[in-house]
Amino acid sequence: MNTRSTPRVLAAALATAVVVAILSIKLNAFRDFQIAEIAIYVTAVAGLTLLTGLSGQISLGNGAFMAIGAYTTALLMLHLNWPFLGVLVIAGAVTALAGAVVGVAAARLHGPYLAGATLLLGVALPNIAFAWPGVFGADQGLNVVYTAPGFLGVNFPLTRWQAWVCSAVALIVLVLLANLGRSRIGRNWRAVRDNEVAAALAGVNVAVARVRAFVVSATCAGLAGALLAAVTGLVAPGAFTITLSIALLTAAVIGGLGTLPGAVWGSLLIVLVPTYATDVATSHGLSSSVASNIPVAAYGVVLILVMLVFPQGIQGGVRWLLGLFGMTSAKKTQMKEGTQ
Amino acid sequence: MKRSIRLRVPAIAVVAAAALAVGACSSGSGSSSSSTATSTPSSGASSPTSSPSGSASAALTASAPGITPTTITIGSHQPLTGPAAPGYSEIAPASAAYFAYVNAHGGIYGRKIVYKYLDDGYNPTTTSSVVRQLVLQDNVYAIFNGLGTPTHLAVASFLNAQKIPDVFVASGCNCWNNTAQYPETFGWQLDYVREGKILGNYIKQHFAGKKVGYFFQDDEFGMDGVKGLDYVIPKSQVVSRQSYVPTNINIAPAVTALKAAGAQVVVAFSIPAFTALLKLNSLKLGFSPTLVVSNVGSDPITLGGLLEAFAKQGGATVSGNALTQGIITDGYGSSVGDTTNSWTKLFKMVHDTYDAKAPFDGNVLYGEGVAYTFVQAMFKAGQNPTRQDLVNAINGGLPQGDFVAPLAYSATDHAGATGAYIGVITNGVIKQQGPVLVTDPTATGAITTYTGTESQAPASGIPSSP
Repeated sequence: MNTRSTPRVLAAALATAVVVAILSIKLNAFRDFQIAEIAIYVTAVAGLTLLTGLSGQISLGNGAFMAIGAYTTALLMLHLNWPFLGVLVIAGAVTALAGAVVGVAAARLHGPYLAGATLLLGVALPNIAFAWPGVFGADQGLNVVYTAPGFLGVNFPLTRWQAWVCSAVALIVLVLLANLGRSRIGRNWRAVRDNEVAAALAGVNVAVARVRAFVVSATCAGLAGALLAAVTGLVAPGAFTITLSIALLTAAVIGGLGTLPGAVWGSLLIVLVPTYATDVATSHGLSSSVASNIPVAAYGVVLILVMLVFPQGIQGGVRWLLGLFGMTSAKKTQMKEGTQ
Repeated sequence: MKRSIRLRVPAIAVVAAAALAVGACSSGSGSSSSSTATSTPSSGASSPTSSPSGSASAALTASAPGITPTTITIGSHQPLTGPAAPGYSEIAPASAAYFAYVNAHGGIYGRKIVYKYLDDGYNPTTTSSVVRQLVLQDNVYAIFNGLGTPTHLAVASFLNAQKIPDVFVASGCNCWNNTAQYPETFGWQLDYVREGKILGNYIKQHFAGKKVGYFFQDDEFGMDGVKGLDYVIPKSQVVSRQSYVPTNINIAPAVTALKAAGAQVVVAFSIPAFTALLKLNSLKLGFSPTLVVSNVGSDPITLGGLLEAFAKQGGATVSGNALTQGIITDGYGSSVGDTTNSWTKLFKMVHDTYDAKAPFDGNVLYGEGVAYTFVQAMFKAGQNPTRQDLVNAINGGLPQGDFVAPLAYSATDHAGATGAYIGVITNGVIKQQGPVLVTDPTATGAITTYTGTESQAPASGIPSSP
């Protein structure tokens, strides 16, 4: 990633945008919805993969940041009727602030302590919705109505519009993060990750670098939360359980920690595998108690297999394959990425 | 090489932990659940047979999405895994069993019902995904018996915008009865406001002047129930109001507060696990109020089993039947204990033939009962129904099926059951006390004795076509 120049990143983003646009028109409405879902995960996972892969911090609480973004979106749209673009910006800003607050605490913690603190956040925060049922709607949640703009015509499929919006946000986030990773800030993250003392001696402000990483990852999660609210139409605590936070981390690890294409692979996997596993389980007429647990089991098996075959995640595998076919630039990237 | 090994261990650990965390949330109650009920054991041919009434005049056409000349495909979202799975995961297989019975006996005007229910793990995000799959990709005719208040709220607007019949939601939230916002959505079970009023009425009559405490789930279920109770029980009589969230099993502070307030009667709008915890915590504190428990939290088989299991974890041995003895509750459908009831007999026969591996309990009766109502509605919708025909058929009213009181359905009312009887748990079964009472969900609506007769299950086991 860090060897790619800005024009190459932009070209890749444009090419992806064209592919997504074609797919969204060719595929059925449900696939469009899945494209939106994948894009939402990509947005959240991209932030997390930078946090964990580049700055070396772990977070089991990014589901909570998604909740903050989602509730901000719901409240603004319900009470103030703001346009979605404005809501998106504010949702990102509010979560960035929350990320800064958590980041200040997180910058002092390492390893299991940091995991524990962020786990606490992931478990506890969504329950605030129960404390003020009048504001957050408790278990029932808040409804969000987000429709396609009028100029597209009344018959324009809503799911296609959702796929477009989510993919656009995801791609913009990916381009910005790719730039950030290559910038001075990204280099500082890597320095801090590899050796804190050496980084500090070289003049890197370790605490600032760590807080920055947290803010970036929280902002991405907040944007993803805002998109999730708009696409599913409901913001409820049941959607932001600890399972979500773990799913995000899973996607980051399985795709290849610290790599943005890895965030895309990971998101594809966690959205599509359960659906296909369900289809397989239901189409083979498996016996009763087995069928309903197969998707969950299959998901686990796929995760374990990918990790065994590609210890550096799917993106690591992709690079290895490209290397086999003599694509030297890929090889160079792999070598330069070093410890990753 | 060294590098890749170093990385491999933590990476595998993270993934394995994630897989475990997901797996740990799966159902483990030995409930059987299959995701589709397509063809039946006894009838192989898919050619249309004549309808039970023998009036198959018009040719069967693909009159709506999800309907072919030979099949009607419907979908649902159900908690087959996750925290709500124990007990509730039995409902959809029971419905599928009843549909299999109908399919084996002529189907609906010759069409067979294909019931595709997908697991949402009781997570609203997953619900919105699986329901879109059912509607946008699988083209189901209707969504049937989607389970849960927060989960179904995630898709109610979507279903109504798409004009998909959204029938007989498996939740007693009064929110489904909203014909302006949700014209396609219909409730089915007794709503919690009506239930609260009927339980409150019993307390007002039989425990006048006694101190009453509330114990309720901190969501729509508990709050609607409390709303109904407050419509009837004088405010001055209520000495303590304690709520719980289903994710926190430490309810000792709530029980202590109820005891400290001197509650002589405790009304619980709780799910079975928390009814059991309430009982055990009370025992521990030497607190023995009269317990009044809502229907969903009082199934004696589920509750007795939970009490024994929880006590065992704490190193004690208790008898579930002894502890549930005397609990006051309400019932609105057929019950497992009433073995002479024609509905219980029918549903037991269907259960034993098509779903024998599941325990025969209140969840199974629920699943079969709601499937019966759906078959009734489909017969009424006509031979080649559109989606609107089904909604119109229900708006025109439906017979009460296995319910003890009529269904409320009309063009302006989409609530389901309107009444219930008070029952007392005696030796593990609910014994009816007094008459069936009917009411409405308003603050002032009277609670009256139902004077009509209960319906009997048809001999064929299949509703007759009108």
